[in-house]
Parts: sequence; structure tokens; C-alpha cells
Amino acid sequence: MKTEKITIKNALTHGNAVTKASALVMGIGCIAQKQAVKGIMALILEAAYILFMVNTGLGRLAALPGLGSAEQEKVWNEAKQVYEYTAGDNSLLILLYGIVTLFVTAAFVLLWAVQLRQSYFLQVSLEEGRHIRTFSEDIGELFNSNLHITLMSLPMLGIIVFNIIPLVYMISMAFTSYSKEGNHLILFDWIGFQNFGRVLNLGGNLGRQFWSVLAWTIVWAVVATVLNYILGMMLAMVINRKETKAKAFWRFCFVLSVAVPQFVSLLIMRTMLQQQGAINVILQNMGLIDSPLPFFQNAMWARVTVIVVNLWVGIPYTILQITGILQNIPGELYEAAKMDGAGPVTIFWKITLPYMLFVTMPYLITQFTGNINNFNVIYLLTKGDPTSVGDTAGKTDLLVTWLYKLTVDQQYFNIGAVIGILTFVVLAIVALVTYRNSASYKNEEAFM
Amino acid sequence: MESKRRIVNILIHMLLAVLAFIWVLPIIWIVLTSFRAEKGSYVSTFFPKSYTIENYVRLFTNRNVLNFPRMFGNTLVIAVFTCLISTFFVLSVSYCLSRLRFRLRKAYMNMAMILGLFPGFMSMVAVYYILRALGLADGAMIRVALVLVYSATTGLQFTIAKGFFDTIPRSIDEAAIIDGATQWQLFTRITIPLSKPIIVYTVLTSFIAPWIDFIFAKVICRANSDYYTVAIGLWNMLEKEYIHEWYTSFAAGAVCVSIPIAVIFIFLQRYYVEGMAGAVKG
Repeated sequence: MKTEKITIKNALTHGNAVTKASALVMGIGCIAQKQAVKGIMALILEAAYILFMVNTGLGRLAALPGLGSAEQEKVWNEAKQVYEYTAGDNSLLILLYGIVTLFVTAAFVLLWAVQLRQSYFLQVSLEEGRHIRTFSEDIGELFNSNLHITLMSLPMLGIIVFNIIPLVYMISMAFTSYSKEGNHLILFDWIGFQNFGRVLNLGGNLGRQFWSVLAWTIVWAVVATVLNYILGMMLAMVINRKETKAKAFWRFCFVLSVAVPQFVSLLIMRTMLQQQGAINVILQNMGLIDSPLPFFQNAMWARVTVIVVNLWVGIPYTILQITGILQNIPGELYEAAKMDGAGPVTIFWKITLPYMLFVTMPYLITQFTGNINNFNVIYLLTKGDPTSVGDTAGKTDLLVTWLYKLTVDQQYFNIGAVIGILTFVVLAIVALVTYRNSASYKNEEAFM
Repeated sequence: MESKRRIVNILIHMLLAVLAFIWVLPIIWIVLTSFRAEKGSYVSTFFPKSYTIENYVRLFTNRNVLNFPRMFGNTLVIAVFTCLISTFFVLSVSYCLSRLRFRLRKAYMNMAMILGLFPGFMSMVAVYYILRALGLADGAMIRVALVLVYSATTGLQFTIAKGFFDTIPRSIDEAAIIDGATQWQLFTRITIPLSKPIIVYTVLTSFIAPWIDFIFAKVICRANSDYYTVAIGLWNMLEKEYIHEWYTSFAAGAVCVSIPIAVIFIFLQRYYVEGMAGAVKG
């Protein structure tokens, strides 16, 4: 008999009696076909799942579409002569438990499929007279051919519980009325795409803020990335020039700032740039200015300030990252260009820059997405200020810092979730487009 | 020609000197401030009028208002456990993705890329409610919660370590397999001993994480000041009600946190470069 493919469909159509029975009673196929321990484990898990669903799971799933409706109420307790509060529904918990139940169910379906296929696999193996692994052999394989299961289960569990479930939870909040607006912090409902409509609608107050924050985010990311890259590269080249003395010392001066934790150096910068901070005081004492410079008070000043401070933060990283690559540019390229009479400027634009762009494109894309999500620089320096009266977003707010303010300070959780999703969309588009258009993606061969 | 080149050289060195000064200035400023005797953040001179070590003494002895020694202890405990778990996670996942071929390998890497595109703390609020549902959001359990938050998702940060493992020649593995080694033995007896640079790198970066994060720490600790980490403490010193009394101590605290991290970083740089360059030179 030729070996059948081990699929669910084949198991259900060509499986023998015990294999088909495992579709209902999990593990039966394994128990009957020499893998009792595995089978019993599957059976126990099925019993546990059914118990869980009957006890709490089904109720939780049923509450998911409505998200609860019972408000907390004061009830007069006749016996004790006091008012008592009834426990009202908490939509937040209903949503969380509902999502967790969905994940548990998905895991159960996965387990069901695995044991069904295993049972069919055992059936085929027995028919062909192949060796069936004993339980201790299975354990041994967990440290050999199945090592990835042993090593990756815990990390994967961590990712599911602390990354995927919270993300699904937040994403679903974008479709609810969970917000301090209208006081929907305890009880809220599904409202479909309304929030997206509000955020994207240019006419509304929220929409106006969104589009201006989005525009500034993109301007910021482009300017910050490009300036950091070009200026960092020039500085690295100047330091690495043959004639430059004390290269190690210069490099040390710049790299020192990377070694100081970012939140410390940024908080220092913030106090230094205040109206009565060190910079203004010193400039005034030197008689260079009459009144303090409005580093964080004027929108234009604040925007330039954060970009300049970001140069201070970012250029040393660029130097660190690309010094090695710069030294790898083939010398012949330079020789040939010099022979043709190219000056240093031409050489930079025609040879160094294209070569570097080719090699460091992935690094640049990471930098760009990192800048779109650059929370630290903005939040620690300006907190997004200056902010117009009545707005939640300031003039220097990026999508991420606005998201932070909307959720933590304002408690507009649903709008925050919408902003998060839209940030993801922007990043995904950027990453896709740049990857596809970059030379190193189109042509994986070497430069030239 | 010769004199023109000399002028260019002098100009370039002057430019470098000015730029280096700008880059070092804030660091000099904070060190000077940490020894400044006058209180408050608004000062009229660059150099302090008189110097003192009182700021450091107060930072480590005044336990009433902002309990810095306690925050330091909290952060140290959290950092040690975070470091242990993260290192195990990062090395395991990187090794599997680099060396083993299994069904969901590509899917896992794509998933990591997609998850990486979401703003990091978009799920922060949700994480808080999950921690609360697990009973980890109050009292001493806050420390456990912070360890989990810093370490649980490190299985997604495999890029650098995987790149390193990729450079270890496969012929070494093949030779060991012929000698009857299992995959587990390959991992523990061959790959790990060859990977000192990347292990040091992973250990140190994960150890630093709790010292420099203030976003998650603030959301999870809320008002439980007993469990504050160093980063929240420093942040609070600059709040309106403390800044006048505590600004110079903030500087002292910043210096205390920065020195070990700077030392680790400079030490790390060597391993970082080596880690990038690969394990066994061919």
C-alpha cells in the first residue's frame, strides 16, 4: 500500500475506526495504537477544555457580542440597614476574558488537529510495519530532532500572552466606545468603524489633529533620518581622513554620549533648554541675546529644537554603525574617479553615497521606522508641546506620543487604539515600498 | 599647495574640536551640577560657585521623600531576573531559527516582523489589565510583573544573535553529528562555548533594559512608590514639587546610573563589533 499523505482530510476519510473516533474522543487513536501516554494526555486536556467551557468559557463567549449591560447599582439592604453596591458588568474584563477564551479555543482546535493526524500517522505506520516511538523515545527526540519545541515553547508563550493577546485586545478596543468621552470607562459597546471615521474625517476636530500630527510625523521621520545619516557619514569620513590626528580621541568624544542612558541625557537637555535654563542664561550673560530663546514655547522653534537635539542623539550611532562599512568601499573606485579628475564633492555624491545607500538600505529603513516611533526624544524633551487650547495633540507630537497621551493621560482608549492601528498601517506601507524599491532587494548581487 | 592643505587640516581639526565640545558639553554640565552646592535648576553661571558632595550623600541617605537606595535595590533585583530569562529566550530562539529547520520557522520570522511594526507600548494598557487579571499588579508582585514585561517578549529580538549563529560554520556541526551528538549537545557543547561575544552582548543589553525604561515602569507601578525603579525616581526628581530641592541630586543620580552603563557599553562595544564580525574566522 502506498503511503497516504498525513492530512486531516485523509484521516477523516481513510482513517480506521479508532482514528475516526479520535475526532470525537481525543487521544483514543494514540491509546489504541501503542502511544498510550500521549493519548491519555490528549484525553485529559480535552476533558479540561470541556470542563472550562461549561463552567465559564461559554458564558464568556456569549457575553462578547454585547460586552455586558448591567450597571453598578445601589441597593438598600433591609437586614443590615445600609446601601450596598451590586457588582455591575465590566466590559473591559468581559472583552479580555472573551479574547482569552477565543485563544484557548484556538489552542484546543490545534491540539485536536495534531492528535488526529498523529493517530492517522500511527495507523499508516502500523500498516506498513514501521517502528512506533515509545514515550521515552519521544522525550529523547525533544532534545534532538524536536529541539525547537523544547527551546521555543516558553518564548512563544511569552509572546502570545504579553504581545499578541494585548495587541488583539487593543485592536478590538478601536471598535468600541471605551473612552472617558461620554463616560464609557466601565460599560462600553461595539460601535463598528465610527472611531476610524472620526479620526480620518478632516472636517472634525479630531481628524484635523490627526492629519496634522501625521504630516509632522512623516516630515520629522524623513528630516531626522536623512540629516542623521548624511551628517553622521560626513563626520565619520572627516574623522577617518588620513590627515586627521587623534582619531580615537575624536571618536571617543562622540561615542561617549551613546553610553549615557537616553532618558538621562534628554532630561538634561530639557532643563538646559528651558527659558531660565543654562543655555539661555549663558547666552544672555555673554550679551548675545536680550530675551530668552523660546526653544519649547514657539511651535517652529520647538520643531527645529527636537530635530537638532535628535542629531546630537543620533549622529554618534550613525558613526558607530557605518565607520566599518566606509572603510570597506573598494579603493579602486576612488582611484578611478581621481584619474578622471573628480573632486572630493563629486566623489562623495557619485561614489560614496550611492555605495553606502546600497549597503545600508536595511539600516536606513530601520532608522526611519524607528524615528516614526521615536517616543523618547519627543516625550522627554517637549511632551509634544506647545499645545493649542482645546487640542489633545501638541505641535511636536508624533503619532506615538499622541497615542501615549490619549491612552494614559486622557483615557480615550478607543481613539488611542485607532491611532495605534493607523501607525502600524503607515509603517507597513513604508517598509513594504522601500524594501521593494531598494536596490539590494531587487538585485541581491554585489554593488555595481 | 602644501600651505593650502595645512590650512584645510587646521580648519578641520578646529571644526572637530567645536563639534566634540558640543557633544561633551551636556555630560560635563551634569557632572558639574552633581557637585554644585547651590540648589535649584535655574543658575546664572556655567561653573558652580562652590562644590560639595552633599548631593550624593543625600541621594543615598535621605529615605523619606524619594527613597533612592530602595529604588536602586528594586531595579537591581528586576534587572538580574530579567537578564536571566531574556538571555535564555534570545539564545534559544536565535539558535533554533539559525540552525534548525522546522515547519513554522518562516512563519515565526514573519510574525516577528509584523509585530515589530506596531508601536511598542500600544498594548501597554492591555498588558496592565492582563497582569491585574493574573494577580500581579499589586504589592510585591509588581516586581514579578516588571520582570515579565521586560523579558517575556524577548523571543522576538533574535536578529543579532541569529546573525551571529549563522556565521558558525556548519561543518563543525556535521562533524559532531557523525560522532553521534544530538541537537541538544550541539547547542550546549558546541554552539554556546563558541558564542561568548554574543552571550556577553545579550546578557548586558538585557541587564540594562530595566535601568533605562520609564514608560512601562510608570504604568505598572502607578502610585506604589515602594516598587519604583531608578528611572521613575529620576523622572520624579524633575517634577514641579521636587525640582528645586532635588535637581542637584538628580544630577548625582544620573551620574551614578550612567557610569556603570557607560562602562558596560564601552566594554560591550568590542563584543558588539566581534558579534557582527562572526564567530570563527575562516
